[in-house]
Amino acid sequence: MDTFGLLAQGLLTALEPMNMLYALIGVTLGTAVGVLPGIGPALTVALLLPVTYKLDPAGSLIMFAGIYYGGMYGGSTTSILLNTPGESASIVTALEGNKMARAGRGGPALATAAVGSFVAGLIATVGLAFVAPTVVKMALSFGPAEYFALMILAFMTVSAAFGDSTLRGLTALFIGLGLGLIGIDLQTGQARLAFGIPDLLDGIEVTTLAVALFAVGEALSVAASRGGDSTIQAIKGSVWMTREDWSRSWKPWLRGTAIGFPIGAMPAGGAEIGTFLSYSVEKNLAKKPEEFGHGAIEGVAGPEAANNASAAGTLVPLLTLGLPTTATAAIMLAGFQQFGLQPGPLLFATNPQLVWGLIASLLVANLMLLVLNLPLVGVWVRLLTIPLPWLYSGILLFATLGTIGANPSTFELGMLLAFGLLGYGLRRFGYPIAPVVVGLILGPMAEQQLRRALAISQGDPTILVHSPIAIVLLLLAATAVLLPLYLRARGRGKVLAQLGANED
Amino acid sequence: MKQFVLASIIAGALALPAAAADYKIMAPAAPGGGWDQTARSMQTALQDEKISSSVQVNNVPGAGGTIGLAQFVNQANGDPAQLIVGGYVMVGAILTNASPVTLDQVTPIARLTGEYEALVVPAASDIKDMAGLVAKLKADPGSVSWGGGSAGGTDHITAGLIAKAAGVDPTKVNYIAYSGGGEALAAILGGQVTVGISGYGEFAEQIKAGTLRIIGISSDAKVEGIDAPTFKEGGVDVSIQNWRMVAAAPGISAEQKAAVLADVEKMVTSASWTKILADKGWANTYLAGDDFAAQLKKDTEATSAILKDIGLVK
Repeated sequence: MDTFGLLAQGLLTALEPMNMLYALIGVTLGTAVGVLPGIGPALTVALLLPVTYKLDPAGSLIMFAGIYYGGMYGGSTTSILLNTPGESASIVTALEGNKMARAGRGGPALATAAVGSFVAGLIATVGLAFVAPTVVKMALSFGPAEYFALMILAFMTVSAAFGDSTLRGLTALFIGLGLGLIGIDLQTGQARLAFGIPDLLDGIEVTTLAVALFAVGEALSVAASRGGDSTIQAIKGSVWMTREDWSRSWKPWLRGTAIGFPIGAMPAGGAEIGTFLSYSVEKNLAKKPEEFGHGAIEGVAGPEAANNASAAGTLVPLLTLGLPTTATAAIMLAGFQQFGLQPGPLLFATNPQLVWGLIASLLVANLMLLVLNLPLVGVWVRLLTIPLPWLYSGILLFATLGTIGANPSTFELGMLLAFGLLGYGLRRFGYPIAPVVVGLILGPMAEQQLRRALAISQGDPTILVHSPIAIVLLLLAATAVLLPLYLRARGRGKVLAQLGANED
Repeated sequence: MKQFVLASIIAGALALPAAAADYKIMAPAAPGGGWDQTARSMQTALQDEKISSSVQVNNVPGAGGTIGLAQFVNQANGDPAQLIVGGYVMVGAILTNASPVTLDQVTPIARLTGEYEALVVPAASDIKDMAGLVAKLKADPGSVSWGGGSAGGTDHITAGLIAKAAGVDPTKVNYIAYSGGGEALAAILGGQVTVGISGYGEFAEQIKAGTLRIIGISSDAKVEGIDAPTFKEGGVDVSIQNWRMVAAAPGISAEQKAAVLADVEKMVTSASWTKILADKGWANTYLAGDDFAAQLKKDTEATSAILKDIGLVK
């Protein structure tokens, strides 16, 4: 088959010693910037663009691919070990991953993230090579009504995971939705809830809120309790995955990939939606759902796979339509243009060598990442042996630096502290944290899509159920709400209560 | 003497990176759109021509660039290394949105390029030409949804002007705002909206590949290399050009402004820039300094009138 021949040729290019070296530099840099909150892969690629101009196209694209995949992986390390998600796509990883790390299972958590990222990256990259045109067609059939149905599904499945106090879960969600209203409205351009403060015109930055609620809130909570209840056990048992870990991880990897790849390919999808959906799927399918909220490995394996699969998914609209859907993809587009390539419907036909070289280099970068990160797991988990006061002051330092790095303003820093206090309050009174961030991410997306749908239909609400895709998504959402009610009625409420308990 | 030589070498080494200013350009729109492409083209040209050793581009999308503009005015104050790309869309958006931040708060440097608006439909659409669109519009204006950039921008204004010229109430135009050309392109390709309206460059690759059909271009006369009738040839008396500019931060000194002007002038006259304009199909409408500031003022007044006329601003 022609595709295989081209891919093999691409692999030969990617496996040249010099190109392997570029891949290694790329994944090392990518992992490093992924670990630091605030400095993302987009910025790194942008900084390297002028440097790579002197390299040959293949070499530099291979390095970009390494940075891209490395950054996606590096973000999960801080999420798991320090409960500090550096980017919105690794927020879900912090939920179970950090619980695992505190119970001495940081090693297996990092390992399942690494292997899961590898597996997802591998499958999604192969998917990119073979089904890109089909996937892009599907992604384009998503109109405002379908996106709105997808958001409803995400809301419902995530809120089903809010635990036994629906009231507390919904309270947290509505705090997030309220925060999401702040800023200039896209459809009309009116400023909402900005109170004349220019800093609020562009809305609240998701990473600022996430870092504040998770990291700053936690540091305050640890300080307030004088370390009483939050002792961290650095290492318990093996730092590697046990046979049980493997058998519990492989299915979530595959499911996460299946969820993440198509969502990444959607022009208005966003990696975080895939991770939310994957988390709720794993929670519903888990053999030991009672472990969720206390460090269930499925809750790390699934979302991490979804995260990386959506990174590959992002390349689908970039390569087939010339449509960059993330900041990193936009800079990679600039990288293409630097070498006189115009991604678009004709790229596969006009520059097959480069496209296949890039796809092959993604495979190589993925492998490099595994080789680089698995031996490092043992080193990373040692971080947790640092005494608590030092560890948390370090976390605060990184959280502050990351926020200033991403958005250098004192107001932003003030917001970080204010939301940190909010995070402490929520923790202190037993409210879940994640729904606040979910509300901030999904709320504005759902609102825009709903208003676009209704504008296109001239106010006719039946447009929301006019297509099979929208109907299926809404039915799934209804099931996500009704199934727990049904189970509860059948006397399994106890299990569900445990399942959702203590989630933050 | 030795120390002096050493000191001057060190001083020279330290001064060298300072001479090549590192610019940070804000594209106040989502990646893939016209401003994003302008910012990234500037990045390429400034670096290729060694005018600046490193240029960074960051995207702050939303509300016709007013979100990015607000952030820029707010954060770049007095920093000569920061630039913002903008254009005609921003002039309209500031008026429609009654934005608290305006272009008076930045330092205009130069108008760089102009681009004509293209009116497209998906290849499978039953609309074949401008006459077909006008017929549909006359039958039921609301049934034609227009996908384009943010509310009150050139795309929105052009849609209103076409309706008005066709004898349809421009306030009835069913316009769907997207945060950038890239996002709008996906909606047009997916057939989510009836017609797409945006700069020609945003659709060029798709038109070449045959996935979009161009039914009109907003120029006065046929443009070389673009195989499409003008709006006027299609029977709709509308011509409009979407220009793009670069501005510097508020509160910079006259010398700092002159330095930025000199760098931009060097860039605009370079071979790299000429090649980029040719590749992207952008017309060079370079106008710098005070001349540009005066033109900007005139455009703002004219836009305000047009927007009131078509009912976008009360």
